[in-house]
Amino acid sequence: MTTPTQLADQLSTTTLLRFATAGSVDDGKSTLVGRLLHDSKSVLTDQLEAVEHASRNRGQEAPDLALLTDGLRAEREQGITIDVAYRYFATTRRRFILADTPGHVQYTRNMVTGASTAELAVVLVDARNGVVEQTRRHAAVAALLRVPHVVLAVNKMDLVEYAEPVFAAIAEEFTAYAASLGVPEITAIPISALAGDNVVEPSANMDWYGGPTVLEHLETVPVSHDLTACHARFPVQYVIRPQTAEHPDYRGYAGQIAAGVFRVGEPVTVLPSGRTTTIAGIDLLGDSVDIAWAPQSVTVRLADDVDVSRGDLIAPSDDAPAVTQDVEATVCHVADRPLTVGQRVLIKHTTRTVKAIVKDIPSRLTLDDLSQHPAPGQLVANDIGRVVVRTAEPLALDAYADSRRTGSFLLIDPADGTTLSAGMAGASFAAVTQAEVPADDDAEWDF
Amino acid sequence: MTTVATVSEGTANPYALSHLDSLESEAVHIFREVAGEFERPVILFSGGKDSILMLHLALKAFAPAPVPFTLLHVDTGHNFPEVLEYRDRTVAEHGLRLHVASVQEYIDAGKLRERPDGTRNPLQTVPLTEAIQQHRFDAVFGGGRRDEEKARAKERVFSLRDEFSQWDPRRQRPELWQLYNGRHAAGEHVRVFPISNWTELDVWQYIEREGIELPEIYFAHEREVFNRSGMWLTAGDWGGPKEHERVETRQVRYRTVGDMSCTGAVDSDATTLDAVITEIAASRLTERGATRADDKMSEAAMEDRKREGYF
Repeated sequence: MTTPTQLADQLSTTTLLRFATAGSVDDGKSTLVGRLLHDSKSVLTDQLEAVEHASRNRGQEAPDLALLTDGLRAEREQGITIDVAYRYFATTRRRFILADTPGHVQYTRNMVTGASTAELAVVLVDARNGVVEQTRRHAAVAALLRVPHVVLAVNKMDLVEYAEPVFAAIAEEFTAYAASLGVPEITAIPISALAGDNVVEPSANMDWYGGPTVLEHLETVPVSHDLTACHARFPVQYVIRPQTAEHPDYRGYAGQIAAGVFRVGEPVTVLPSGRTTTIAGIDLLGDSVDIAWAPQSVTVRLADDVDVSRGDLIAPSDDAPAVTQDVEATVCHVADRPLTVGQRVLIKHTTRTVKAIVKDIPSRLTLDDLSQHPAPGQLVANDIGRVVVRTAEPLALDAYADSRRTGSFLLIDPADGTTLSAGMAGASFAAVTQAEVPADDDAEWDF
Repeated sequence: MTTVATVSEGTANPYALSHLDSLESEAVHIFREVAGEFERPVILFSGGKDSILMLHLALKAFAPAPVPFTLLHVDTGHNFPEVLEYRDRTVAEHGLRLHVASVQEYIDAGKLRERPDGTRNPLQTVPLTEAIQQHRFDAVFGGGRRDEEKARAKERVFSLRDEFSQWDPRRQRPELWQLYNGRHAAGEHVRVFPISNWTELDVWQYIEREGIELPEIYFAHEREVFNRSGMWLTAGDWGGPKEHERVETRQVRYRTVGDMSCTGAVDSDATTLDAVITEIAASRLTERGATRADDKMSEAAMEDRKREGYF
């Protein structure tokens, strides 16, 4: 048992893991979330009392842990999760931000929302049912969003007599399927969320399983990639010019490093203008540093007085992305009104927002079997499809597969600001596996 | 295929940011997005720890330039004198501009009526929304955190409000990656919550790390209090205690700063930041559960107030 002082000491040096859960209600997602929160001491007395009180008022005998996460009046009234909720908990090894996403197919956009910032996704499966359509959808969305780590939690092992062959068959089927989608890393864990097997404590009922519990895995999975291998990217957010007596000539470009590492003295190119210079200095929120990396928020000073403003991208001169006005991407449509060919939109990419027009919607993805439905004409809410967008100004766009941050964008309705679609530039996993879609070999698409 | 072998690599990664550094970087990014996209942003500043933290983050985000935002305080008229003193001192120290919207002035002018229970927290909504309209603020920073309350757990970082400042939780924009959509029509504004992802413990640990000064009421001190509905309220001109309520001197501190009529103190001997952090790490109560009477009015009290325009 850790004392509060030890806990506080350890917490100040721990890292942060953002993860999302996926799974329909019947798979026991609420129970798993409830147990993770409960067993990590994250449900406090007054919250539990409020849940017990509310459950009693509804005539339920046991406290309904779903009420912990269903925070809206409408959700509690209907007993369903409508929107993503963010939950926070900590152990002595790590702090966690959990995006608790609704599981139904009509809420695909919410899983996309939760997965867009997640470094790990937990996909729940009922051991009695195995891999079903919904499981494949969740794996596909995790693959599409390039969530680096996927955990398959095979739940309700208590209802299949904790039988290893049941788990092994499901794990094998899922791993093969997810690997074909390009999911880089899959960890399968047999659990019973209700009985507590392998969630926080190792199970006494499954001696045959030698891997980590869900919590152990969450605590130890690496939280950032090998950043030296990433293309360095710095979108300029804001120009800092104090023009004070103390700092008459200071001109710094503020932003959050989207990927990779930047060093003082490094030759860089400013896009889309293509002007080159070197990094004269890096200020890390008040401290001068020689090196900085993603996702630090810094201020970069350049050696030459080049024209740089919000929306520009600074990249190493020997590793700068191509600029383009023709964006090919996969989008998840998140608005209730459709996205149609010919529609005028705004595209928000990093810190740059430009006018654009939807030139083509070549295909819509059927999530059930990952087949491409050609030329659908429009995308409606929760659809995932390929789009071709022509922008009014060039964008320095990476493939989403290379950089989640500089390869992602929003399509926005210019009339009222509604967020229409979530975009991922470049070829999608579906295009890779579905050989019948040749459009991605376009010579202009130079990633 | 499994990750068991990568455990030691993960902890040894020299590029891994501590969780406080991650949260700080994210909050700074949000402040700079607003500075880059909006015309007239304002920071809600009450002199409480969350708004003090926000101001500290804003100072770091734009250094060595000054913070490009003004401040707005909705003064309930029942504020702690130490907090008002802190507020004015901080504003002067950083050369900031402060707007004050006064609940008392609204009551004196007959535009708001005192509630029978004397609680003024819900009365803040009208002066707040009118100040936003009057000054034409288009982005309003709030120190709300998702860990505080279940309705706030559903809140976006950029939260669009209509011309009546209303929040419609069922019609929120999906928020994807770090791409915050701040588009809005004239008259509408966006509430922005840079510390959405911080917990109470994160706030305290960061305050300790950065050596940020706080109003004294956050640390244990002797105070004249009386008990109302299980909460230790400070006796004062605002209307407490009533005849049957008995004042006593106790050693207490505050976990939140709000209207004196509904913000309770907790028994504590934590006189230092270290002691406060230890106390919070061990607490079995959330800060709002422990010290806020207004959240207990109904199961959806916060959601209902937020719908009307409360922050």
